[in-house]
Amino acid sequence: MKKLDVLLYGSRKKPIAALLGMVLVMPFIISSPYIFTILILIGIYSIITIGLSLLVGYAGQISLGHAAFFAIGAYISGVLTVKYSFSPWLAILIGMIITFISAFLIAIPVMKLKGSYLALATMAINIIIYILLLGLSDYTGGASGLGGIPPLSIFGLSLESQVLFYYFVWFIVSLVIVFSSNIVRSHIGRILRSIHDSEVATETLGANVSKYKVAIFALSAVFASLAGSLYAHFISFIAPPTFYINFSILLLIMVMVGGVHSIWGAMIGTAVMMALNELIRFVGHNYLNISGEIEIVVYGAIIVIVMIFMPKGLIHPISKLRFKKLTHTPKNETSKQKLFSEKGV
Amino acid sequence: MDLIMQFLITGLTVGSIYSLLAIGFVTIYNITGNINLAQGEFAMIGALSCITFVNSGLPNLVAMILAILITSVIGFLLEKIAISPARNSSLITMIIITLGLSIFLKGMGLIIWGSYPKSLSPIIDLQSISIMGAVMNPQSIFVFIVLGALLVCLYLFFDKTFIGSALKASERNPKAAQLMGINTKTMSTLAFTLAAALGAIAGILIAPLTDATYEMGFLIGVKGFVAMVIGGMHSITGAVFGGLFIGIIEAFSGGFVSTFYSDAITFALLLMLLFVRPAGLFSRASGERV
Repeated sequence: MKKLDVLLYGSRKKPIAALLGMVLVMPFIISSPYIFTILILIGIYSIITIGLSLLVGYAGQISLGHAAFFAIGAYISGVLTVKYSFSPWLAILIGMIITFISAFLIAIPVMKLKGSYLALATMAINIIIYILLLGLSDYTGGASGLGGIPPLSIFGLSLESQVLFYYFVWFIVSLVIVFSSNIVRSHIGRILRSIHDSEVATETLGANVSKYKVAIFALSAVFASLAGSLYAHFISFIAPPTFYINFSILLLIMVMVGGVHSIWGAMIGTAVMMALNELIRFVGHNYLNISGEIEIVVYGAIIVIVMIFMPKGLIHPISKLRFKKLTHTPKNETSKQKLFSEKGV
Repeated sequence: MDLIMQFLITGLTVGSIYSLLAIGFVTIYNITGNINLAQGEFAMIGALSCITFVNSGLPNLVAMILAILITSVIGFLLEKIAISPARNSSLITMIIITLGLSIFLKGMGLIIWGSYPKSLSPIIDLQSISIMGAVMNPQSIFVFIVLGALLVCLYLFFDKTFIGSALKASERNPKAAQLMGINTKTMSTLAFTLAAALGAIAGILIAPLTDATYEMGFLIGVKGFVAMVIGGMHSITGAVFGGLFIGIIEAFSGGFVSTFYSDAITFALLLMLLFVRPAGLFSRASGERV
């Protein structure tokens, strides 16, 4: 049984150990605060994209509105700490609870929609939340944003220093990864994958499809909210443009480019897109003297190319390699291949 | 009364523009089964290139025709380069590809035209007409005339020409059309070209009403999408009415509630409609193989 598990899902401990090792070693190699900022942001965005990967990759439900939940988390953290001087931790918790409740209620009708309707409905949610952020300026500061959000601290130890905050964020990311991979390996994960393949068949087999879809939507929203809170405490200033559809699109692209059928894919996609973004900006500004968000041209082109030639994302070759390693003799290949479900690896 | 009339005229003008985009959406959706989220970007390219041509001293009509042609060529190329190779991929992949195209075109717009908003003087110069106490500016009249003429043209094209009939057949039932010897691949390219041309016309029409910028495309594109959903995804007539309906909702909510929240109200209404009818407003019953 254990062997089958490894074959289906890969080793659990190796990737996590590799990630933790990388996270631990980084500060000894890198000292530039600019790179640290990017690493922290990769961590924060990874939390959202892992949730999105559960929703999009496993359950097969598209969302173009996750920036809305990111916004709810960030703004609840910001408003509660700045205007009502709550403790940041309490604010994060309240943000997650409120996001869960609102996402749950939204998901009940939204998750009945399919395909392009779902894409449109989630976009609509994002636009409405964005307009509300601008409109409720008494609380959110409107277009001029909300500043002065205090940094986090654990047991009196302030996380203001970048290295500490970096460790903290990646610790949270590891927790999210462990939690998500447990979901994927449980019966819930199996049901989600079968929803992805055929909703009707899953329903026929007696699983309450809509319940699972709503739950996974709410869960991914909670992840986004947590990331939003961390973002607010890290940047200490938030303004509505950050939370527009562009960001939702970017998140979805990260998930798709990395590989939608994998939690690790979501992380790789996030890291690759962020690195690409900075690289294009760096080259553009320093060597070609262009300003503005010119990088989006290269960006758009790369997304289209990856989607045409590698629709399974960048993780696919890696997981194929692992599979090759597991199946030594070509004789066993077919029987092993039957076991090997492409989704969820 | 005259206030209501005024809102109605404004709404119908903006709605006509959404209708044009929605027609493009419907054509592409029914032939390829995909939503082209780069549709709004065609409007941006049409508007900005038209402004460039007018500013370079070409007569209005020539500038418009050139802009429409250029946008159509871009639509044609995009279909050939990006959409066609990914013909059989999943819906999510297709949506990401069209989003990628939209980002790409937006970036190109930024490189070519910069981020400063540009305006186009009204295309025809007439006195404003007052109808029942409401003022109707010449641009609105022009928009209505163009929309009417286009609908007649589209009707003739779809019903009276061979290619149009083939296109319509592919819309109704791609598989059967293919069995009848219609090349659905060509039809898909044609649909994109047509949608790009319609998008460009929409952009040129909206440019005198609001300033054109490189990022104007996305939101009107999404509204065209909404218009298609309200119109039931399958018919051009439905799409046109959907577009006009959204325009009117926007004008009235902007007039009576607040212009700031008019978008939010439009989208909230859309959500309500979707919640009541999860498969679109005028959806037909459809079967699905399991």
